[in-house]
Amino acid sequence: MGLDITWAVDWVRRSADRIAEHRVELITLDREIGDGDHGENMDRGFQAVAAKLDDLPAGSTPGDVLKLVATTLISTVGGAAGPLYGTAYLKASGAIGGATSLDGPAVAGLLVAARDGIVSRGKAEPGDKTMVDAWTPAVDAAEAAAGAGADAAEVFAAAADAAEAGAVATEPLVARKGRASYLGERSAGHRDPGAESSALLLRAGADAAADGAGA
Amino acid sequence: MSEGVYGKVGLVFVSHSSQIAAGLVELARQMAPTAALEPAGGTDDGRIGTSFDLVSAAIVAADSGNGVVVLCDLGSAILTTETALDFLDDELRARTRLVDAPLVEGGVAASVAAEAGDSLEAVVAAAESARGDGGSGRTSPKPAAEDAGVPSAGTGASGYSRTVTLVNADGLHARPAAEIVKLAATFEHRVTVNGADAKSLLGIMSLGLTKGAEVEIATDDAAGSGEVDALAALAASGFGEH
Repeated sequence: MGLDITWAVDWVRRSADRIAEHRVELITLDREIGDGDHGENMDRGFQAVAAKLDDLPAGSTPGDVLKLVATTLISTVGGAAGPLYGTAYLKASGAIGGATSLDGPAVAGLLVAARDGIVSRGKAEPGDKTMVDAWTPAVDAAEAAAGAGADAAEVFAAAADAAEAGAVATEPLVARKGRASYLGERSAGHRDPGAESSALLLRAGADAAADGAGA
Repeated sequence: MSEGVYGKVGLVFVSHSSQIAAGLVELARQMAPTAALEPAGGTDDGRIGTSFDLVSAAIVAADSGNGVVVLCDLGSAILTTETALDFLDDELRARTRLVDAPLVEGGVAASVAAEAGDSLEAVVAAAESARGDGGSGRTSPKPAAEDAGVPSAGTGASGYSRTVTLVNADGLHARPAAEIVKLAATFEHRVTVNGADAKSLLGIMSLGLTKGAEVEIATDDAAGSGEVDALAALAASGFGEH
């Protein structure tokens, strides 16, 4: 089963729910090594996206949904996450074009484009203790799964698993990008909030795909 | 349709704080009363952060067709600005420059250059002169000349110099320094003030010259003697201050 517009809308709704549930956790993580606004900003951004879903015109594609997410996050999230995630969703939207149904390789391509967008915008590399440390293993796992013939839901699940592990693995790292880099060695011992929110968003997409495939 | 100030490069100051951006406009306005200076501070609803919409609107508002120079504070201001650039129309994007320079010092230096009607690249260079990597035009201060007091003229082997004493109360603070830079911007020859390039606002200001200080205004090219005289007259005049 490919992932369609219903999945894309469900991904956004689940993303908004997950971010809202973890808002305080993200704020706490960000307060430890950043400016403390990540949970607040992400929650505001995704609530704004969720409010616009009902206005999507009939015949919209998954790419249209991702573009809506991109432009809304760019305009409503005040921190670095706005441009970073906005670029990610915009590039992901471009990668899938007008496709109405996404198979395993298409999902992997979507995730690669999103990761590349984040890297090109933020110039972070793996190991810098940023969201790239969740996205890089996620993309690697997605490509491996797609290459092995996994379907779209399985590819997304592999990406979500790897992103969660990647987020946990940021804890011992010393930040080299973003506000946390001002802390130097003191940033070690804390999980990166951007990596954590990335894992939440990918899990939301995987859950939407799993439920859709089972329905 | 263009906004901005006709014939002048526009400036946009992007800060996480609306007060910092607005305060920088206020500060730079002292030396750049007519240039297009646009603040883009804080989020749409006045919180700490940066706004894609505010930055985009500020760039459009600052542009008169001569280009826009954007200066930012912390990292995500740069990300927001780069994203805004991606969404500008191609022509405006092509004449907009995001400059890596200290916001306040670079913003003030760029404002003076924009006020003087400098080209886009010259305004970028003025902002970059604030980076502290040797671009300020300042050289090691020369010892004060012996003949203090009244303006005195002298000629070197091929150059020309004059020494004057600052008479205004606060010395070469921002506004008088900007007056010097604006006048020097019209010169054809390189003229220095105690060794600092007279066209470099930060170079002049960083000399830290106060009332009573002796200032050597010089050029290596005798053909620039009229320019040295003009600058010496300005410095000796007290810049309209007391």
